[in-house]
Amino acid sequence: MVATLVRLRFLVLRNSLKRSTWQLVAVIIGALYGVGVLAAVVAALIGLGFAPVELASTALILGGSVLVLGWILVPLVAFGIEQTLEPARLVVFPLSMRQLLVGLTVTGILGVPGIVTSIAVLATFATWIREPLAAVAAVIGGAVGVLICVIGSRTVAALSTSLQSHRRFRELGGILIFIPLILLGPIITWVSQGVATSADALPQLARALSWSPLGAPWSVAADVAIGDWGPAAAKLGISLATVAVLVLIWRRSLAVALVTPPASSAKRVAKGKTGLFGILPATPAGAIAARCLTYWRRDPRYARQLIIVPLVPVFLAIYSGNMGSLVLLNLTGPLIAFVLALALYTDISYDGTAFATHLADGVRGIDDRLGRLWALSVIAVPVILLGTFIPVAITDSWANLPMLLGLAVAVYLTGLGVSAVSSSRIVIPVPQAGDNPFKSAPGAGFSTMLSGFATWGVTMALCLPAIVLAILSVVFDSVLYGWLTLAAGAVVGTIALVIGLRMGAAQLDRRGPDLLMRLKRMRSA
Amino acid sequence: MSDPTPSPTPAPVPAPAVPAPAAHAPSDHPAMQLNRLSKRFGDKVAVDDLSLTVPVGSFYGMVGPNGAGKTTTLSMATGLLRPDAGQSLIHGVDLWAEPLKAKALIGNLSDGVKLFDRLTGEQLVTYNGLLFGLDRDEVAERVADLLKLLDLESAAGTLVVDYSAGMTKKIALACALVHAPRLLVLDEPFESVDPVSAANIRDILTGYVQNGGTVIVSSHVMDLVQRMCDHVAVVANGRVLVAGTVDEVRDGSTLEDRFVDLVGGRTHAEGPEWLRRS
Repeated sequence: MVATLVRLRFLVLRNSLKRSTWQLVAVIIGALYGVGVLAAVVAALIGLGFAPVELASTALILGGSVLVLGWILVPLVAFGIEQTLEPARLVVFPLSMRQLLVGLTVTGILGVPGIVTSIAVLATFATWIREPLAAVAAVIGGAVGVLICVIGSRTVAALSTSLQSHRRFRELGGILIFIPLILLGPIITWVSQGVATSADALPQLARALSWSPLGAPWSVAADVAIGDWGPAAAKLGISLATVAVLVLIWRRSLAVALVTPPASSAKRVAKGKTGLFGILPATPAGAIAARCLTYWRRDPRYARQLIIVPLVPVFLAIYSGNMGSLVLLNLTGPLIAFVLALALYTDISYDGTAFATHLADGVRGIDDRLGRLWALSVIAVPVILLGTFIPVAITDSWANLPMLLGLAVAVYLTGLGVSAVSSSRIVIPVPQAGDNPFKSAPGAGFSTMLSGFATWGVTMALCLPAIVLAILSVVFDSVLYGWLTLAAGAVVGTIALVIGLRMGAAQLDRRGPDLLMRLKRMRSA
Repeated sequence: MSDPTPSPTPAPVPAPAVPAPAAHAPSDHPAMQLNRLSKRFGDKVAVDDLSLTVPVGSFYGMVGPNGAGKTTTLSMATGLLRPDAGQSLIHGVDLWAEPLKAKALIGNLSDGVKLFDRLTGEQLVTYNGLLFGLDRDEVAERVADLLKLLDLESAAGTLVVDYSAGMTKKIALACALVHAPRLLVLDEPFESVDPVSAANIRDILTGYVQNGGTVIVSSHVMDLVQRMCDHVAVVANGRVLVAGTVDEVRDGSTLEDRFVDLVGGRTHAEGPEWLRRS
């Protein structure tokens, strides 16, 4: 039965790739990238075999801990959880929970990330080759480590699904609950930086981590190598216990998720209450803005895009902390502007085939563009302003305010202009409405990243005048250049926005049906 | 909605007025004329040089087996799918040359696309009305009428995603009607709709046709088409096999028998032996 599940997973992958060449290319490039990284890692691991045991074990434990964290956190922030075999779809078959768990674990290990991880873990055998017993222990510990990675990420996936079955988590809350979890990474770095103010402390950090579920599986071999049998056994025990606990949580949340379909939100309003539709202007663009804003509130996929917002100041604060001053924190506003301007870029993809409504109702491209932009700005502009003013107030660098505002304005307006064009051309694979917002389509990670980077790159290039002026104002410590940045940002941004809106609108008028066709094709991919 | 007071219990008052198609100057153009539409998807020819004329004021049924190309044809006719070749004229307006002008004449219920289902039913119909450029009061009035007409008043404030399949069809129909189009193009409007609602929808459509509108529906249910429509086209393999008034097409027989004759593929097997054992 497990073999059938594994075959099914590859069959689904193959067939969905057959439907879209673009996704196939993305997967191939993704695989090549993986192979490249893998080769480098394997070489490093073999090289580590010639290093002192102390250094090798520190490197392995730290690397391994990052690996586990990455498996659990990255899907949440960046790529989405790959769920070709969605447990909910398997529920009609007579599968025992045990078969289901084993099947999902094996398919998880046999995915591209799983295979890459497994090979890297096997390479630690080479690291310890001089101590045969340690080499064996490395493989055993590593195998448990891979299980922690895979089962850990599945557990998070199941948790996010089962949380969705609770009504109150289906909307914004379902996303907010993950923010602390995502902040865990930076917080750990922060804390550990407090402990380890210099590289000398890294071994200490590794020793501490080796007693945690993150580091334990990778440190078994290290302890065996120096003959510490007791700690080695204890750490293997910790690792196995971690797997057991994860399986337990996974099993429970999956059991809940399987019998509790995404709850109907059962939200009802009185007849005659049309919410934002009664407030915003009664024009096509106003209606689209009202619809988008309603979605920002009701559809967790939109809210997910806001996760990054609190992360920006946290990361900047950490880096500023490293530099000993809080200057970098001032960039919060412009960076948030940069990220949020791109939210427009996935908008039509999030509509899915419902975009047909705009097409059938003869919506002009410009109304479509303006409505979406309007809705995004209602959310983004206050956030960007707060992100600009608060750090300036904290660091008391009011002299830099015009420059920072200029950057934020330039980046936001230009970003909107660029994504108004790119989103009228490109639809990207995204989770469908009602899907787990953290789910990803195969190849989506890479193709999304590629087109996103292209959009970002063009935005950056167009913002260059403002950026150069901003740099000059910092270099010469000149307020004048700061004001010039603001002026240039406003002018360049406005021009880019107007041109972008026009081009995007014309594009949409011309190619709307083609976009719909691709959205349809993508629907079940 | 400007009036927040609950409406009085619907006594057996006459149903709200069927939305009359917008007044227009009479013209001699057919409501919809498809000229040699073609569409291929890879190797598969979905629609093959299809031509069809839907006269003004007709209640036109389009029937055909699964995969005959009905949805593809209607999508190309209404501007949702670009044809490889051919023309779609809506009251004489070339849809692919002047899409906005032509689409304003059409009310479209398409099969196989989602709605913006995170909106409440009332919001969704309002949204469509506003997209067509109606003003707020006009939209509110029409939305109230349509919800009453389609018996969706009690579900007005529920998210469309929580609707049953039949209710979703009904709200989609309301979205298609809200701007009082001159031509209604309905792809499978009766699928998963309960018999009472189906009868109500039929009445609405009949009233709409009597007021000068034109309706084209695709359906699998021959019996329904025979009773409801005055014209019918049988489509298979992307071609029109026969088209005309219902009486012409059925030619003394029932529409279902004629359909099976034309399309073929009827088998009389009882299914495999293992399936009969249980």
